[in-house]
Amino acid sequence: MASLRDIKTRINSTKKTSQITKAMEMTSAAKWNRAVVNAKSFVPYMEKIQEVTASIAAATKGSSHPMLKARPVKKTGYIVITSDRGLAGAYNSNVIRRVQQEIKKRHQSNDEFAIIAIGRVARDFFAKRGYNVALEYVGVNDQPSFADIKNMASSTVGMFSDGTFDEIYIYYSHYISAISQAVTEKKLLPLSEIATTSKLTSYEFEPSAEEILEVLLPQYAESLIYGALLDSKASEHAARMTAMRNATDNAKELIRNYTLMYNRARQAAITQEITEIVGGAAALE
Amino acid sequence: MKTIKVSVVTPDGPVYESDVEMVSTRGKGGELGILPGHIPLVAPLEITSVRLKKNGKTDEVIAVSGGFLEVRPDKVTVLAQAAERASDIDVERAQRAKERAEQRLNQQHQEHIDFKRAEIALKRAMNRITIAEGKF
Repeated sequence: MASLRDIKTRINSTKKTSQITKAMEMTSAAKWNRAVVNAKSFVPYMEKIQEVTASIAAATKGSSHPMLKARPVKKTGYIVITSDRGLAGAYNSNVIRRVQQEIKKRHQSNDEFAIIAIGRVARDFFAKRGYNVALEYVGVNDQPSFADIKNMASSTVGMFSDGTFDEIYIYYSHYISAISQAVTEKKLLPLSEIATTSKLTSYEFEPSAEEILEVLLPQYAESLIYGALLDSKASEHAARMTAMRNATDNAKELIRNYTLMYNRARQAAITQEITEIVGGAAALE
Repeated sequence: MKTIKVSVVTPDGPVYESDVEMVSTRGKGGELGILPGHIPLVAPLEITSVRLKKNGKTDEVIAVSGGFLEVRPDKVTVLAQAAERASDIDVERAQRAKERAEQRLNQQHQEHIDFKRAEIALKRAMNRITIAEGKF
């Protein structure tokens, strides 16, 4: 059995760890609240732009805009959204594992695709394994604004327009609730399937439908990327919060066990001392 | 007087929401004035201002960096990637952006893409400054 002092040290160090994880849980909780608010305030914009895009795309059926048309796929782009830091449970590894599985299934050689990495974890993972990382964006704010992501999003969309990629998928962690997030795959470009939920309005176009699509479609694709980023930020903070809460709970459990062990050891030591004294006294009689 | 609902939304959240008598702005195809009961219309916008009229006078001016105008008989929606009310504009920042863009324009005439980007940045900065100063 470990000595009394050893157990005491272990209890102390576990206590310190649990204080840290507790603090991290609380900061994550605050960030998570803000992230959820951000994701919510983006919803009206997304809904509206989706509605308008769907209406126009439907009105101009047979439009030859390159962003609406599927073309033979020579190269695929994968946008992978992870966090910059770890300690978020399985948040990052779930996304990365899914991407890796899909790539293995679809491609024979590394030349058929490239990764667009958002977040340090994804960048490091794919770069280390010799995948092509076409574009990277690290150091994402905890509360990203659209301006932060604008350049990155428009160069991604530009890579589709200039023919670098023939299709682009996006992988991120979709936020369901504080304790549940799901890895989601979305086909970003070409925009073949625009969800048409609400009733379509027939609009007049000023100056022409084609010219509007020219501006609208890139804007729509960029906002899809931004939406995915906000969604995965909410997931990240929720995942980190849960992971840290578990860590704190585990630390508490450990401390309980160690304290029990410590008391047993203390009792054993006392009992032994008494036995020794009694034994000594008996020997003198 | 009849009014029409207007909302200006950006990816970072709604910027303005109210009932007004008239919306005027500049689209890629020219000046647009929207009154209540307008037919459904979609038009891309320039980097410009959206002027909102209430009780016979201009109530609010909003700077938009491109985007769209969607009109329905009872509602006007402006979808922009960035938009600010005149009172919320950070003039100093716009001034800095303007200087930066001007410098870049003076330096390089070869790099086609950078040139174009600097030009757009300059336009945006100028737009913000003029609106913040109330000269539109």
